[in-house]
Amino acid sequence: MSDNSAIADGVLENAHDEHPAHLRHHFHDVEQQADASNFAMWLFLLTEVMFFGGLFTAYLIYRNWYYPAFVSASHQLSIPLGGFNTLLLITSSFTMAMGVWCAETRRKSGLVLCLILTFILGLGFLGIKSIEYSEKIEKHHVPGFHYSLNSFLDPNSDAAAKAAGDKPLPLDVARHTELYFSLYFAMTGMHALHMIIGIGILGFMIFRASAGAYTGGHITFVENFGLYWHFVDIIWIFLFPLLYLISRH
Amino acid sequence: MSDTIVSLPDQSTARIPKMNYLSKENGLLSWLLTGDHKRIGILYLISITFFFFIGGALAGLIRLELLTPQSDLMATDTYNKVFTMHGVVMIFLFLVPSVPATLGNFFLPMMIGAKDLALPKVNLLSWYLYMIGGILVLVTMITGGVDTGWTFTTPLSTHYVNTNVLSTGLAVFIAGFSSIFTGLNFIVTIHKMRAPGMTWFRLPLFVWAHYAASILMVLGTPVLAIAIVLLALERTIGIGVFDPAKGGDPLLFQHLFWFYSHPAVYIMILPGMGVISEVISTFSRKRVFGYTAVAFSSVAIAVFGFFVWAHHMFIMGVSNYAVLVFSLLTMLVAVPSAIKIFNWTFTLYKGSITFETPMLYAFGFMGLFTIGGLTGVFLGTSGTDIHLTETYFIVAHFHFVMVGGMLMAFLSGIHFWWPKMTGRMYPEKISQLAAVVTFIGFNFTFFPQFILGTLGMPRRYASYPAEFQILNVFSTAGATILGVGYLLPVLYLTWSLKYGAIAGDNPWQATGLEWQTQSPPLTENFVEMPIMDHEAYDYEWLERKNLEKQKEVASVG
Amino acid sequence: MDHISPAIWQFLVKWMTNFALFPPEASTIAPQMDALLFFMVLVSLIGLTIVVLLITAFSILYSKRRHPVAVQIEGSTLLEATWTIIPLGLFLVMFVWGALIYFRVFTPPANAMNIYVVGKQWMWKAEHPGGQHEINALHVPAGRAVQLTMISQDVFHSFSIPAFRVKREAIPGRYTTVWFQATTPGTYHLFCTQYCGTAHSAMVGDIVVLTPEDYRKWLAESTSGASLAQNGERLFASLSCAACHNTRPDARGPSLANVYGAKLALTSGQSVTVDDAYLRAAILNPSEHITQGYAPIMPTYQGQISEEGIIALIEYIKNLNSDYRIQQTTNTTDMLPESADKTAPAAQKPAVQAPAAQGTVKQ
Repeated sequence: MSDNSAIADGVLENAHDEHPAHLRHHFHDVEQQADASNFAMWLFLLTEVMFFGGLFTAYLIYRNWYYPAFVSASHQLSIPLGGFNTLLLITSSFTMAMGVWCAETRRKSGLVLCLILTFILGLGFLGIKSIEYSEKIEKHHVPGFHYSLNSFLDPNSDAAAKAAGDKPLPLDVARHTELYFSLYFAMTGMHALHMIIGIGILGFMIFRASAGAYTGGHITFVENFGLYWHFVDIIWIFLFPLLYLISRH
Repeated sequence: MSDTIVSLPDQSTARIPKMNYLSKENGLLSWLLTGDHKRIGILYLISITFFFFIGGALAGLIRLELLTPQSDLMATDTYNKVFTMHGVVMIFLFLVPSVPATLGNFFLPMMIGAKDLALPKVNLLSWYLYMIGGILVLVTMITGGVDTGWTFTTPLSTHYVNTNVLSTGLAVFIAGFSSIFTGLNFIVTIHKMRAPGMTWFRLPLFVWAHYAASILMVLGTPVLAIAIVLLALERTIGIGVFDPAKGGDPLLFQHLFWFYSHPAVYIMILPGMGVISEVISTFSRKRVFGYTAVAFSSVAIAVFGFFVWAHHMFIMGVSNYAVLVFSLLTMLVAVPSAIKIFNWTFTLYKGSITFETPMLYAFGFMGLFTIGGLTGVFLGTSGTDIHLTETYFIVAHFHFVMVGGMLMAFLSGIHFWWPKMTGRMYPEKISQLAAVVTFIGFNFTFFPQFILGTLGMPRRYASYPAEFQILNVFSTAGATILGVGYLLPVLYLTWSLKYGAIAGDNPWQATGLEWQTQSPPLTENFVEMPIMDHEAYDYEWLERKNLEKQKEVASVG
Repeated sequence: MDHISPAIWQFLVKWMTNFALFPPEASTIAPQMDALLFFMVLVSLIGLTIVVLLITAFSILYSKRRHPVAVQIEGSTLLEATWTIIPLGLFLVMFVWGALIYFRVFTPPANAMNIYVVGKQWMWKAEHPGGQHEINALHVPAGRAVQLTMISQDVFHSFSIPAFRVKREAIPGRYTTVWFQATTPGTYHLFCTQYCGTAHSAMVGDIVVLTPEDYRKWLAESTSGASLAQNGERLFASLSCAACHNTRPDARGPSLANVYGAKLALTSGQSVTVDDAYLRAAILNPSEHITQGYAPIMPTYQGQISEEGIIALIEYIKNLNSDYRIQQTTNTTDMLPESADKTAPAAQKPAVQAPAAQGTVKQ
């Protein structure tokens, strides 16, 4: 966080004709503008940390209280699918970082390619997520009116529970699995919402990138979006073990 | 020797500067699509005033109902909706944005020597989010209202009412983002856009106060957002996260809600304290006593403010040891506010004091905030909180700090910076009268409520035992006077737009950078980038500058 | 006095005699709390006076007219330290004093009698152990420590007795307790102080403090016949608790004789003291509260039993001081109509041994 650009050495000459087109007039120079935008994005991500923090707090409390229920409920999630999704997302972070590098080094086609790859990987993630969600819907594991405890009361009726070698849960413990799924849907749903917004912006960026908007030296947008995308990735890296990997041996 | 420091240009020749941020462009779109922080500040000023009077009307209805012990003016359900909406409107649509969104938006860039905030488009977005939230609240009111109390306590709000909880929650969620973006904008601006020479410790204390409040806005509001999301899910789908029957804990909502809502009160008061610093300094012609202490105490309030939320929950079933910790921390957070009061008081020592309207409001603030803040200690002390919590003592406490404190600070700031924003002076005599009327009305309205509280009258009651009637009647009578006190400024400030005296650049002879430009300011604020080569509140620098100007042949306007 | 109209004079007298800043002090903790409140009012008054005096004095002495040139003063570390340390010191005194009172209010003495209170929209139900039920009223004896064990059936409520200076939330899902010792017979306000919906302001009542003899009389007149424990006994049988919690050596559940107040080792390794909260949790969420040495087969009773029912069961269990008593339960309730279908193994009466031999609880 460099404040140096805030204290310049002299009065700025009226250089209206000499500044790049993208310099907004309330900034002295592009460095100040890029610096400010960057700082703003980090701050925004901090607010997102606080936002998800509330959900993580609820999760930590209830997992502590209802551990057996959380274990059984977590066995309903598919580690292969979740793991693959994690791979997709980490790769997309890599392609995004490559994209930023391409923008910095003014490689237009490279940038467009990386953005497209990131886009596809993101869509892939969402696709697999929707498969997982539809599985949950079929099995009546969506909290609320239709929530069913059968998989936990009678693990033999359920492939995932059987595979995990779960014992049948008593009714009062089984009831608490609904809390797990509430948090599962709230957390992954909120994460997916952030992904959808990100993918939307990516789509917009692909168009602008092919028009050369980010390879003319003004890379702030790509950089800041990269930060956002990495943040969404990091949230998932926390979600995956917390939700999928409870007590797996 | 005059009693006032006001120094206006010669009214026979003075004119409002032709080129200024108001005259730069015309037409509705130039306002609705503006990026100019000053215009956005004015947009906020108008909308906040509108919502204030809606909240005030609701308050009037409350006090009218409470004239009699029975619930006879309106159905109890309606009364419950009235006090809920009063709280929601006043807190989220008035108090939280009041000083930051109007005066902060307008003056923060000018005070640090910048041309605008760091993110003007985000600033405009903030206003639109605020308006959407506000309109949604109005729609909620018209389509039946909500009656959960502004605190949305679960499980009442999730399973036991049929009113518009979701739309109100959505409105607050949206307005919350307005607040987050404003805070974000301020922090980036203060860090990255200070003029050359404007070091941190040369910043006006108004800026420090807004910096501290912005930290709270940015870090606290998202937690309210997630609390509302979970509330909505619980209410619609029944996810169970707050439902004991499903293993959830209704206290979790309380924790999440108060984690924001306690810092929220510091979001509301810190900018007001910033105003008081400016006003007291200007009208005593002195640098604020203990500048560093006041600056650090703002940050201290913000930091400590995050760690005291459970003092709203002392009797709710949290563990005794949690109560100990939170009570202790509450004592710690009270100290910086006390420090400020004493610093402001000693700013008066050996000053040269005049009593224009902003100063009157500032004095009112100091007395009333002292009372309000001290009664906060009554409540933060766990033992006495048992007797006083959930009664009118709480109502009186927060109205003393919010209305006697924050609202007075807001009015002080509006009057102080009115000449800069509009180029016109407000009429001094009637405004001083309004300040005094407000002060008297306020005390009549809210002081009896302390007594009602110690006597045990619960809050949010539509009907009450007959023995509490006298105090309630006093309170309502006071509210009438208070209403007059608030109506007057709307009238005379509007009048002054056309008929007020021309103010000139620096009618108060104040030292801030914003006073070294024309009134109203240019859209780009400064013709040349200012260079800060003196400390804040340097009245000697101002004197030297004036002498220099007198030596030149200068014409104003 | 001739000039004052009689109506105004009457009003003034009435006002002066009735008007007080504090409610009557009717409990042992009230004077203690009032003492702290007075201290705080005093400190606040002094603080406020200092600030107001200083502001007034400075405004007069240093008004522009009298003091046209301001003297720039940066600050004073000594003063800063003074007005940091003194307020902090005073606040810390209040903190400690208040914390002591807080702990006192929420730590009931061992000899307190217990009354259950269930709050629901929009009434307070008080359940005395002897079977007396009250709605929006609570009769208590003066001079005895009374503990209230409270719970809500729906939303948050708050049980407030201003004259006793006590108040506590009644929340859904778990018990909260508060205690007091009333000093002066009389009738005092009972308020619900946590906003709970439409008729929140109607959820008020009377706390009636009686002398011990009057209280005994009241108890005798107001009983519905069956005490809470007796009701609990019927529930115990009708819910087939005795199917597992009986006196047989091969019983599937631990014997509950003398379990209240005992220390229990759970299968999770935790050690708990059995109190009201534990019993309630064990009935509703048994799987997390299995005594060591027993299988986790107790079914949950969530949804099958009301808060009053749980209270009755707890009272029954509290009074179970021997296995013989449990056996009596089975004997007595076997013949009740609702037991007809319940052919629980315990219905076959095993040899009843002398109470002393089976008085221990499996640890």
